[in-house]
Amino acid sequence: MFDISSFYEAKSVKDAIDALVRDPNAQIISGGTDVLIRVREGKDAGRSLVSIHNIRELKGVSLLENGDIRIGAGTAFTHITNDPLIQKYIPMLGEAVDTVGGPQIRNMGTIGGNICNGATSADSASTMWTLEAELVLEGPEGERKVPIHEFYTGPGRTVRDRCEVCKYFIIHKEADEGWYGQYIKYGKRKAMEIATLGCAVRVKLTEDKKRVADVRLGYGVAGPTPLRCRKAEELLKGCEVNDREAVSRFAKTALTEVNPRTSWRASKEFRLQLIEELAKRGFVAAVERAGGVIHA
Amino acid sequence: MKVVGQGQIRVDAYGKVTGEAKYTADLEPKDILHGKVVHSTIANGLVKRFDLEKALKVPGVVKILTCFDVPDCQYPTAGHPWSTELKHQDICDRKILNQRVRLYGDDIAAVIAETEVAATQAASLIQVEYEEYEPIVTVEAAMKEGATPLHPDIRRDNVIVHSHLTMGRPDFTFEQGLQEAKEQYGEENIVVLEDTYYTPRISHCHIELPVSWAYVDVNGKVTVTSSTQIPHIVRRCVAQALGIDIGKVRIIKPYIGGGFGNKQDVLYEPLNAFMTMAVGGRPVRLEISREETIYGTRTRHAIEGRTKGIVARDGRLLARKLDAYANNGAYASHGHAICANCGNVYKGLYRDELGTEVDCSTVYTSSPTAGAMRAYGIPQAVWFTECQADDMAAAIDMDPLEFRLKNGVQGDYVDPSNGIAFHSYGLEECIRRGREYIGWDEKRKLYANQTGPVRRGVGMAMFIYKSGVYPISLETASARMVLNQDGSIQLFMGATEIGQGADTVFTQMAAETTGISFDRIYIVSTQDTDTTPFDTGAYASRQTYVSGMACKACGEELRRRILEYAAYMLNHDVTDISKTVYAEQVKKAAADVREVLGLQEGEEITEDMLDLVDNQVVVHGGNPILFDVAVVAEVAFYSLDRSVHITAEVTHQCKSNTFASGCCFVDVEVDMPLGLVTVKDIINVHDSGTLINPETAKGQVHGGMSMSLGFGLSEEMLVDEKTGRVLNDNLLDYKIPTAMDVPDLKVEFVVKHDPTGPFGNKALGEPPAIPVAPAIRNAILHATGVHMNTAPMTAQRLIEKFKEQGLI
Repeated sequence: MFDISSFYEAKSVKDAIDALVRDPNAQIISGGTDVLIRVREGKDAGRSLVSIHNIRELKGVSLLENGDIRIGAGTAFTHITNDPLIQKYIPMLGEAVDTVGGPQIRNMGTIGGNICNGATSADSASTMWTLEAELVLEGPEGERKVPIHEFYTGPGRTVRDRCEVCKYFIIHKEADEGWYGQYIKYGKRKAMEIATLGCAVRVKLTEDKKRVADVRLGYGVAGPTPLRCRKAEELLKGCEVNDREAVSRFAKTALTEVNPRTSWRASKEFRLQLIEELAKRGFVAAVERAGGVIHA
Repeated sequence: MKVVGQGQIRVDAYGKVTGEAKYTADLEPKDILHGKVVHSTIANGLVKRFDLEKALKVPGVVKILTCFDVPDCQYPTAGHPWSTELKHQDICDRKILNQRVRLYGDDIAAVIAETEVAATQAASLIQVEYEEYEPIVTVEAAMKEGATPLHPDIRRDNVIVHSHLTMGRPDFTFEQGLQEAKEQYGEENIVVLEDTYYTPRISHCHIELPVSWAYVDVNGKVTVTSSTQIPHIVRRCVAQALGIDIGKVRIIKPYIGGGFGNKQDVLYEPLNAFMTMAVGGRPVRLEISREETIYGTRTRHAIEGRTKGIVARDGRLLARKLDAYANNGAYASHGHAICANCGNVYKGLYRDELGTEVDCSTVYTSSPTAGAMRAYGIPQAVWFTECQADDMAAAIDMDPLEFRLKNGVQGDYVDPSNGIAFHSYGLEECIRRGREYIGWDEKRKLYANQTGPVRRGVGMAMFIYKSGVYPISLETASARMVLNQDGSIQLFMGATEIGQGADTVFTQMAAETTGISFDRIYIVSTQDTDTTPFDTGAYASRQTYVSGMACKACGEELRRRILEYAAYMLNHDVTDISKTVYAEQVKKAAADVREVLGLQEGEEITEDMLDLVDNQVVVHGGNPILFDVAVVAEVAFYSLDRSVHITAEVTHQCKSNTFASGCCFVDVEVDMPLGLVTVKDIINVHDSGTLINPETAKGQVHGGMSMSLGFGLSEEMLVDEKTGRVLNDNLLDYKIPTAMDVPDLKVEFVVKHDPTGPFGNKALGEPPAIPVAPAIRNAILHATGVHMNTAPMTAQRLIEKFKEQGLI
């Protein structure tokens, strides 16, 4: 039994927005894998819940005419992982969300919830940053688009208004065509885990697969919000994939762009060690996926 | 033996797999009230007053009980048999709800409401005024001069018990040993080591939470159905806590979803009983959440082991010393028993030429209460001994396995403190098997002198473990068997099934001893203290050994009684109607017996001429087969001549003990830059005597190994030193290994019949949880040269060490 004051099953996005506007105590619930935990812990006890769980328009992945990919915010992790379009164009995202919790959580939890929760540890977040995803939100004032790097405002905080529904994400064609990537979730165990650190690396290689045409490096839990390391990326552009010094510089530079903290879960020093090491390992894995050959 | 020793399918497999098996919460009546405990939000202090006004206004709240309402009875909670000797009695240091707060999360009040939500809401609205004292979270703080005693009525300071043990001369001291070693061997020929090893507070993580429900029956008997390992002990403690007669208390234990020692303590049954009594006997359910379970029930003791050791350069172990400090938390629970147990195995696992000195202190602190957990102090003892053994071997550049063979415990060991000995000994054979399986000799060479960030290593650890608690404490057990009309039986054991497979092995034992087949034995899994014979319960790896003795004796008695009646039938003419349907069969059988045994006219057929084999009454030796036991049963039930309900009930007091032993060998890969330890191969080899059921035995070992893996690599309760609050009181932040984290687990047994065991068996339940963690630690040492002295060896701790030593 959960301590909630009411539960409303919205029929459409509009209906959900109306319900949220009507009741200032209301908040959105989708998969419930975060919200219900907060209710149980007492943090959100007594709230009204507006469910967007059964709104069809929020579900599924589609390829748009311009080649962009649209991911419904209400798509469950399991569905993302198993979606043929995701597997074909951005398998990294499918793999990233497949590291969330356990199978039951992945069947319930949605990518919209993962991002809108505002957690720096969200397993989809660092990948979405390297994909330069765009969020489409709809609220009482209408629809707006927010690039993911403008979405987060702090730990657990985003620009989304309480009455706004995240409808879908757009992954632009330019962000996936020719790119290959790897997400590494570092946790203290192999399942049922929240990342101690998440590292997403995407690369685009030159035609001969010898050089880095472009690279993106994203992290979760390396700061209060997910983040990108643009200086590190710049340094590696144009370098040979086997230029160890460059890769090492890339990883070292990342350390200057992150801001992990010490908590009882992990020390700052420990996280910094992971940040540096995972940048290198993520890069190697991404290059190999792109067809590059890394000499051992 | 025909049934014992076979891999029978568990008697509860079907019910548990299909979900039909009923656990405590499945059995509660409709319209039950819900209880919620109110916990203190300070670690040390005194409750001055409550403001209940807001809480009482929550719709559905029936009653709120506070520490000012409970009976003025201090009671013990340990799952030990009671002692009639005052000095052996468990410490009575808590009340049902406590005004004197001694841990963050102490039980200070309780709400009873119509719904769980109402109870929770009310609990959160209760205002408490405290007088606050400084939290004393660590042993160091609790033992500091002038530290506030947490239980001044019982102890002057916070040391519950300190004990001193020696091997060699009774007055042996390590300092003397050092002197002697220098004189006898020369300073240059010995190495002296001094290291401190740490074990963490561990949560048992049984999947079924502590849950109970209670009501008062029409005769005023308070009845508690509870998920416990020790129903008969719970009954006594509930009576003590409430200050009522034991006969007024009834405890029912259905199937339970794990306990691992946490439920070898009386947890919330007394409060639950008190709650129902406070609402006129209406049923009240009290389920403890995971968070409450982690911070508010019991933990495995964090023990700090300060050690010293002297080893001769030729490999002889000369002397060791252990100073063990156990953080017992807020209440005594099992008291000093665990730390003392730890000290006992420390001293016994090696043969120190000059002597061994052990000091053990169990200390109250204002933090979560430590109590029993699987293997009862020995995971800590073996962490200390096995880390120290490898460190000593490394110091003299000796192979740690050779070091153990040279200095380790042998089959003639007798613990001078209690006389416990090996009555069968397979440790050396276990080590041989482990060595062979893991490829020790090759891999020690292969993995030497590695460079690079990812390295491999092999390590091992060994242990000894006693079977039950005799002579330290009472060992008694009872069994009852009741014959049905169809020749099947009910088997009532006082001993409890807690998921470990007890019901199955008792059924096998009953089949073995009665001659009635496995499928005709219906074990009554539920213990009900009103009807179940007495047994102290599931703990100490005792039941197969101790309760097995009762089961065996009971089976033999039942068989004798059946045969006695069979003989009566064979000797008497068929005159009464109940026998007429079998008249011809019995008459022919009697003639057969007489012919085979060549009995004279008038000579009686006696029970010792007969036997019961595969449900058939036979002439001793097997031939001829006379009739099915069902014939005896039916006649005995309904005979107008001599009606007997054939039953047997036996209490067996066990006055023996024997050491089980074993070892773990492991091959690990250490990825240093990421602090990752991957177990590539692992084996536990156990010397547990004859196995009653080799399949369920393997299951026991698998479970224990995964627990020790968690102890070694990831599990620890983190307690904030400033507030005493547990930081990771949930299964996300408390890192029990998942199925994905546990490698394939190899298990072998060295089977040697133990003459003291009822079927040649000895302890197995707890031992598997002992050796894995130190074996991994020693493999990491082999791989990297880094001595990890603190468990668990988390990635952060490893990385800190690797950085410190310039490895990354």
